[in-house]
Order: sequence, then C-alpha cells, then structure tokens
Amino acid sequence: MGFPHRSHPRETPVLSQHFGDPDARSLAGWRQRGGYRALEQALTMEPAAIVGIVKESGLRGRGGAGFPTGLKWSFMKPGDGKPHYLCCNADESEPGTFKDREIMRWTPHALVEGCAIGAYAIGAETAYVYIRGEFTEPLQRMTDAVREAYAEGILGPNALGSGKRVDVYVHKGAGAYICGEETALMNSLEGRRGNPRIKPPFPAVAGLFGKPTTINNVETLAAVPHIINNGAEWYKAMCQGNPKSTGTKLYSVCGNIARPGNYEVVMGFPFKDFLYDLCGGPPPGRRFKAIIPGGSSVPIQTIAEAEATVMDYEGFVAEGTMLGSGGVICIDDAQCMVKQIARLARFYAHESCAQCTQCREGTAWTTKIMERIEAGQGTREDLDTLLEIADNMTGKTICVLSDSCAVPVVSGIQKFRDEFEAHITQQRCPFRGAAAGGGVATAVAA
Amino acid sequence: MTDRKMITLTIEGRQVQVPEGTSMLEAARSAGVLIPHYCYHPGLPVAGVCRMCLVEVEKAPKLAPACATAVADGQVIHVHSDKAREARTGVLEMLLINHPLDCPICDQSGECELQDYTYAEGRKSSRYREAKRFNPVEDFGGDVLYVPNRCILCTRCVRFMDDVAHDPVLNVSERGDRAVIGKFEDQDLTHPWAGNVVDLCPVGALLSKDFLNKARSWDLDRAASICPNCSQGCNATLETRDNVVVRIRPRPNDEVNRYFLCDEGRLDYRWLNRRDRIEYPHVRRDHALAPVEWEIAVDAAAVALRGRQAFVLASPGLSNETLFLLARIRDRTGGRGAFRVRQGAEAPLPGVPDLALRADRAANGRGAELLGFSRSETPLEGLRNGDVLIVADEELAGIDPASVATAVARAASIIVVGTTLPAWASGAAVVLPVANMAEEDGTFTNLRGRVQRYLQAKQAPGLVRPAWSALGDLLTALGESALYFLPSDVFAALAAAVPAFAGLDYDRLGLVGVPVAGDGAATAAAGALVGAAP
Ligand SMILES: Cc1cc2nc3c(=O)[nH]c(=O)nc-3n(C[C@H](O)[C@H](O)[C@H](O)COP(=O)(O)O)c2cc1C
Ligand code: SF4
Ligand code: SF4
Ligand code: SF4
Ligand code: FES
Repeated sequence: MGFPHRSHPRETPVLSQHFGDPDARSLAGWRQRGGYRALEQALTMEPAAIVGIVKESGLRGRGGAGFPTGLKWSFMKPGDGKPHYLCCNADESEPGTFKDREIMRWTPHALVEGCAIGAYAIGAETAYVYIRGEFTEPLQRMTDAVREAYAEGILGPNALGSGKRVDVYVHKGAGAYICGEETALMNSLEGRRGNPRIKPPFPAVAGLFGKPTTINNVETLAAVPHIINNGAEWYKAMCQGNPKSTGTKLYSVCGNIARPGNYEVVMGFPFKDFLYDLCGGPPPGRRFKAIIPGGSSVPIQTIAEAEATVMDYEGFVAEGTMLGSGGVICIDDAQCMVKQIARLARFYAHESCAQCTQCREGTAWTTKIMERIEAGQGTREDLDTLLEIADNMTGKTICVLSDSCAVPVVSGIQKFRDEFEAHITQQRCPFRGAAAGGGVATAVAA
Repeated sequence: MTDRKMITLTIEGRQVQVPEGTSMLEAARSAGVLIPHYCYHPGLPVAGVCRMCLVEVEKAPKLAPACATAVADGQVIHVHSDKAREARTGVLEMLLINHPLDCPICDQSGECELQDYTYAEGRKSSRYREAKRFNPVEDFGGDVLYVPNRCILCTRCVRFMDDVAHDPVLNVSERGDRAVIGKFEDQDLTHPWAGNVVDLCPVGALLSKDFLNKARSWDLDRAASICPNCSQGCNATLETRDNVVVRIRPRPNDEVNRYFLCDEGRLDYRWLNRRDRIEYPHVRRDHALAPVEWEIAVDAAAVALRGRQAFVLASPGLSNETLFLLARIRDRTGGRGAFRVRQGAEAPLPGVPDLALRADRAANGRGAELLGFSRSETPLEGLRNGDVLIVADEELAGIDPASVATAVARAASIIVVGTTLPAWASGAAVVLPVANMAEEDGTFTNLRGRVQRYLQAKQAPGLVRPAWSALGDLLTALGESALYFLPSDVFAALAAAVPAFAGLDYDRLGLVGVPVAGDGAATAAAGALVGAAP
C-alpha cells in the first residue's frame, strides 16, 4: 500500500497490507487478520526446519546489506549450552528511510510475531527490539503489543501453550545513527557507548553480552510470518528479476516527488515505472536529476541510470548503486547537488562515533570542504582533495559509516562534476536565486 | 602456551613462527619489524581504532589492522608496500588537520610518536585550509593536564583507567570531530597509579604538571634505574637535566612492573637533588668536625673501630654491595646491625598481578634482611654501651629526637657513612660522605628477592664517593683484603660469600634483574656471613 496514499494496483502489499488500518494494531484485530497462526505453527516445528524454509524462500536482509537471512540464522548452533539472543534492529535512522517506522506503527504484532519465530528458530529465548530514540509512536505501539502478547500468553515461559520460552523486550535507543550498526547496537543494549566493535568475532560467535546473537532488520523479521504461513515457494515466486532477489520490498520515497510515502513492490519491478507511475513523477514543472535509491549511504544515480534500473539487489548494482535500505531520495533539477551532498556529509560528520581516525576527521573535513565549495569558495584542487579523502575513508575503518560518507561525494563528483565546477568558476552557488525549474543546464550555464 | 599451535607466516620477507592467536603486530615485533601504531600498547587491551597499523596481506581484498588481526598460516604481510604506506600517510594527514602543531611549546616534543611517524611518512605539507578545532586545556586532577587540541583519541588513557587501574574516571565524550576525552563528573585522576596515562599518551595531550615546561626531551640524559621509593622495585628511567633529576619514568619489566610506575614513585625524586649534602670527609678535631683527605678519614674510622664492636644502623635504601661491606665490618668486629623501614599505605594496581606500591617505602629491605640486619621499628634498641655506632645513611626521620639522642649516647663513638649529617649524629667522630643511589651503580633486592641493577644518572658533589668504594677502603684499613675497583667486584665477592646470592653474576643481571636463589635458601642464609670474601 502506498501509505499514506491509496495503494497502486501494481503494488503487492504484503507487509503494508494493513497500513492505515488502526484496527490491525490491537491483538484482537491482528488475530482476526490471521495473526499469530504462523507462530503457533512454528512452535510445533523443529527450529532447523524453520531455518530451512527461510533459506528456501530466498529472503535477504532488508537492513541494507542484503545478506541471506536463512544462512545468517544457520550460523547459530541451538543446543550449544549458551544463551542465544535475537536482536531486532529498529533503529531506522538512515536518511530517507521510514519503512520500519510504518511497520511498527500499524502492525506491531507482525513484528512481535516475526521476532518470536526468529528467536525460536535460532535457539534464543530472548529477543530485543532496539527502537530508535526519536520513534515515540512506534515505541508506544510496540510496547503495547508486547504487553498484550504477554497478557494473552503468546510470549513468556510457555509461549502459546507450547511449553517453550520466548521473551521479547522493547528497548529505546538514545538517538544515535551509529547504534543501527549491529555491533554498536549490541554495545548500546549492554549499556555501553554505542561504538561498533571490531569484527571478528562476528555476532553469531560473540554478540550481545558476548553470546551468540543474530541481528535482523524490522522488515526482514516482519516478512517471516508470511513465509511460514504461505510457504517458501509462494515467497520465491514474487520475483520479476534476478532469482536471487525474492519477495516484496518496501520503499520509502521522499524528496522532490509528487507522492512521497511507502510503496511495496515485488523484487525486479522496473524503477522507471515505480518513480513515474506509482509515485507520480517529479513535482509539476520539474524533471528528476538524480536518485539516491537505497538510503543516503548508496551511490547517487543519474536519472538515466535510475530509469534503466530493475529494482532488486542485483539490478541496482548493475546501475552503479545498491538497494540498501530502500529509502528512495528523489532530487529534481531545481536542486543544487553540491548542497545536497554537503548536507549528507554533515549528517555523517555529526554521527561518526569518532573511533576511527579517517572517519572522525574525514567526515568533518569533507563537510567543511563541501560547504566551502557550496559557498563559492572552492578551488579545483578541492575536488582532487575530496576524492583522495574519500579514498582514505573507504575500506579502512571498523564499520562502513566512513565509506558511506565517501559514497555520495565520489558518485556526486563523478556524475555531477559540472555543478561542482560551476560553483568554483562562478564563485557562488549557481542555483541560488536561479528560477525554479530552470534546470541544470540553465543554472550551471548562468 | 606450549600446546598452542604454531603458525608460520612471512612479514616483510622474513619468515616468522608464532603461536596461534598472535596478532600480526606482535608477530612482526617478534621478527624485529615495527608496524607503526598509536592505539596499540602491549600493556592494554586492543582497541583497533587509530587505523595506523593497516598492513597489506597478499590475496586479501582490504588492508588489515595488524593490532587486531590474528595471523594465519602462510600469510604474506607487507608493511612497506605502497598501499600500506599510503594508508598510513592518510591517517597521519587526518590526525594532523586539527592538530595545533605547537611542538615548540609542547612537552612531548622530541619523544612524540606523532612527530616521529610524521617525519617518517607524513605529507610534506598540509592540504587543510579550514579553521582548526579548539578546546581549552583541562585539569584532570592528580598530576595530569589534558590538552585536547593535541589528542589523537587513541583511547590508551581510557583503557588504562578502565582495564588496568579499574577506576573508570575517563571516557570518550561527544561524537565525530567534536569528540574529546572526558572525565566523569566529580571524579579526578587521583588513583595512585593514574600518572601512567601521561606516559601512555603517545602525544602531548596528557602532561605531567610536575614536569611541565621543565625541559626539552632532547636536553635530558637518561639512565636505567630502579625506583628507590618502595620494595616493589619497579624498573625506571632516571632523567636528568644538567645533573639534576627532573623526572622518573617506568622502564618495562614484565616480571615486576610491566610498563608502569606509581604516582608516589614518579613524584618522589627531589631528595635525589638535595643541596644539604656533606661533600667532604670530616674528622673530629678540637670538638669540631674538620674537613680532611679521604685517607685520613678512613684511617680515623679504622682507629675508632679497633677493639670495639660495631653497631650498624643501616638504611634499607642502600645497595646490596654497600650492605654487604657493612655486614662484613659488623661481623669482623663481632657487632650487630639493624634497619628500619618507613611505612606507608599499600596501593595495588589491580590490572597487574603482584604489582603494588608497597607498605615498605624503601628499595632494599629484603637485601638488608638477606645480609643479616635485623628489622626493627626502634632500630637503636640493640645499640650497647661502648659500641661504635655506624650510621649508614639513615636519618631516622619521624622518630622522637630525644629518644634517639638517649640511645646514641650509649655509643663510644659515631661514624657516619652518609649523604647528610643528621642533627643527632653531629657528635660523630668521623664522617664519610657517600653517593646517593642516583650517583652510583649498584643493585637492590626487591620484596620478591629479585636482584636488579641501577646505573649512575648524575655526578656526585664534592669529594663524595660511592659507599661501596669508601667501605672497601675501610675494610682494608681494618686489615681485610677488600680491594674493589668496580661495584661488580663487590658484587662478585657478595655472590661468593652469601649463599642467597650464590650463582648470580653482575653482568648477567642485565637490565631486568634475576631472582635470588629459592626463598628457602635465602632465608637460611640470613644471618652472619660465612667466611670472608676474596
Ligand atoms: C552506520 C550503520 C547504520 C545502520 N543502521 C541500520 C538501521 O538503522 N537499521 C537496520 O536494520 N540496519 C542498519 N544497519 C545495518 C546493520 O548493521 C545490519 O546489517 C542489519 O541490521 C542486519 O539485518 P538484516 O540482515 O535483516 O538486514 C546499519 C549499518 C551501519 C554500518
Ligand atoms: S567508521 Fe566511523 S562510525 Fe564506524 S566505527 Fe569507525 S569512527 Fe565509528
Ligand atoms: S603532540 Fe607531538 S606533534 Fe603535537 S605539538 Fe606535541 S610534539 Fe608536536
Ligand atoms: S589523551 Fe593521549 S592517550 Fe588519551 S586518547 Fe588522547 S592521545 Fe590517546
Ligand atoms: S594500532 Fe592498530 S588500529 Fe591503532
């Protein structure tokens, strides 16, 4: 469903089926809509069988990296005598991404159910849902849902009468983007500063409290009950592109677009149709210039690249970017790319946890140069410096926040060099004061 | 350890064998290859944050942080390949963009790892055109000042306080380039070992208030030494400028103090620079002490001792060599000897086993025991009427002067062998001025029986001689064969004469020391020396 807009006929609403329907929030309402059947069934199955179905379904992580979920779950060894944990990553702070928020707002029980199944499948008795600190409404909805589920015996020492223990705790983050990085999230849950940890050891070996842990995104876990209910074949069949990308994906669409919101389509959907038919194209009188299709950490696409893209993990890579979190940021021809990229850099500079030298210093330095160029005080050497800084920041740090800051800078300079150069030669932002809708060519040539 | 699997790999073209689980950085170190690093320190848990130690591993897609990556069989590691070097140059550039580069007024200058690596591999000039970040200097309490502008956020200081001192006072505050080292509200760096953060800091961000602006590091002379302030025997470096001790810093010794020194030890060095020294030998003439030649003073001491028993009041801060010669004078005259150890509060460093500022605030109480001196709170008790009292560099500070005077009155005469002349000993017949520990070579025995050498750090004033040298002459004057030219000669005689020290060789003590023979033997040997030395 294209929440808050009416669902488009070409969408495939699975996760978003009940978005906008307040009755789906309560336990009773959720049960009427088929809720907790999947958990009931799962609790009768061997954990390995659940992992097998999820593997077979082709479900991949929706948190950004697209790691196969069943494979991740199979790294856990139930019965090794240690406590296991499941973490649900609900820290959703990636600029341009707001799909997990809607899942929690409208269908909190879907996530509780997904967490319970996931925990059981990996031999964990405890699942933690780590919710972004600013998400006050989702936090309330999740807290209510968990309370209801305990009251009805769905969670607890004898989950749904199965004799098995499943506990779900909701934890409120303190408002740091970096706590969405999986090991920083674990540190934060443990009450430490949210700093990413060096890997190895990987969470499946030593994660939360040093114990084997699996971490999954909200959307990933919310998809699991549907897979249990309808089978792996059903999920796998939702694929119009590369067979390695299956199921539906929620995209959060924002920026210069007629109908911003959340949209759910099957893997392999054409991006051009998505942008123009589903989302209504650019605002009147404008043209798209660039798209950042997977949250702020993925390379910027030119509109030509975007229009040629097939929306799945492989399709986005083929067009020079990544699916990422599915946060589609649309930029039209009235926008200054230098300004947009400077803004993104500033975000990363603000959020760097400050452990790694290149990230702590590089994000801030990049921001200062970008803002100086945007203010009309850049030089040609700055562009080379920016690219070299970006190179220094890539592939050398504990987590990829550093790389994420470099990504829009590098793709921006590669694809929109003319705008950077216009700032430098004109010693001002060519878009400042330019007529809206004047287009790149006009603005840059002015 | 022994049953750990061995891994063979190649670092900078050298084949290395190390136990499984060893980090690349430590494996390289064992092969004599330095991998530049900041956050890594062998005495702290690994943090892996500075990213300075990135190395190129053949067939690996990315550079690896050598401090935080375990070696694997058959690996080929390059420290000086173009890729690895460029990564380091990149880190250095990042570390310097906000750095004040105020080396000319920075205490760390000359011993700064940021300077060193920048000279080696940094860019020739900066590309940074923006304003530099600024934060004011902060007093961290204790002896420590924090200069945030110079901080490279390696977190060594935080890890020391958390994981070694077990007193989590420091933290990383803020994020991004606003990050600084913070101190928790109402807490200070007052832990008795907190001063180590100053040494651990690879740059001039943590400074000692005591050492502030005292010297440029290249003006300092350094001597391997032992901290003289308690019985732990921490290995230390005495640093002098123009013949004045200005700083004591830890010298690594895994068996004793790892990389650390307590605050009391590091701040209590001014007595080594005392100006109220006796600088010339003296003998009593016409009721006053008069300066004389050494030979005359030594002969006068020998005359005073003839036919009498010596009572040796020994300082537990004297060397094994000096105590050995004093013991021989004691035994030759059929006398006795005692020592007193000043007491203080014990203060352990929790993260290191068996390391503490010890209650015994003297370096060589153990040596005095092994050489047959009896330990007492009131050491003059054993002084009998008619004894010759030899005061060996002991001022009896803190003991009631009246009771000391009463005890001393029992002595037939007093010979002072010391650095200073205590008021209660001013009636001495002979005064032999000797060096303090900073002015001589020697050995101490620590509380665990480890014999450790210290080297001369400064010149003695006036005609002062090392005590072993003066006492060798005195023994000769008393008729013993005791011709010693070097402290090692005395040590050889000691090792030959005293079972506890048997088998020890001065040269082989090296700079980290050797334990005396098993504690049992050591205890049995405590008592009169058997036989005279060669
Ligand atoms: C800086 C940074 C921020 C991240 N933020 C989030 C986030 O907010 N939500 C999320 O699900 N994953 C986030 N991730 C990805 C997680 O580390 C992790 O890969 C993901 O939660 C795994 O879940 P999945 O396999 O279900 O995708 C972030 C990663 C990084 C490096
Ligand atoms: S890359 Fe940045 S955010 Fe990630 S651990 Fe390093 S400093 Fe922190
Ligand atoms: S910390 Fe090092 S580089 Fe910085 S000012 Fe001091 S001596 Fe110079
Ligand atoms: S003060 Fe020194 S030791 Fe502490 S983090 Fe800064 S540079 Fe490192
Ligand atoms: S020394 Fe390895 S990352 Fe700092």
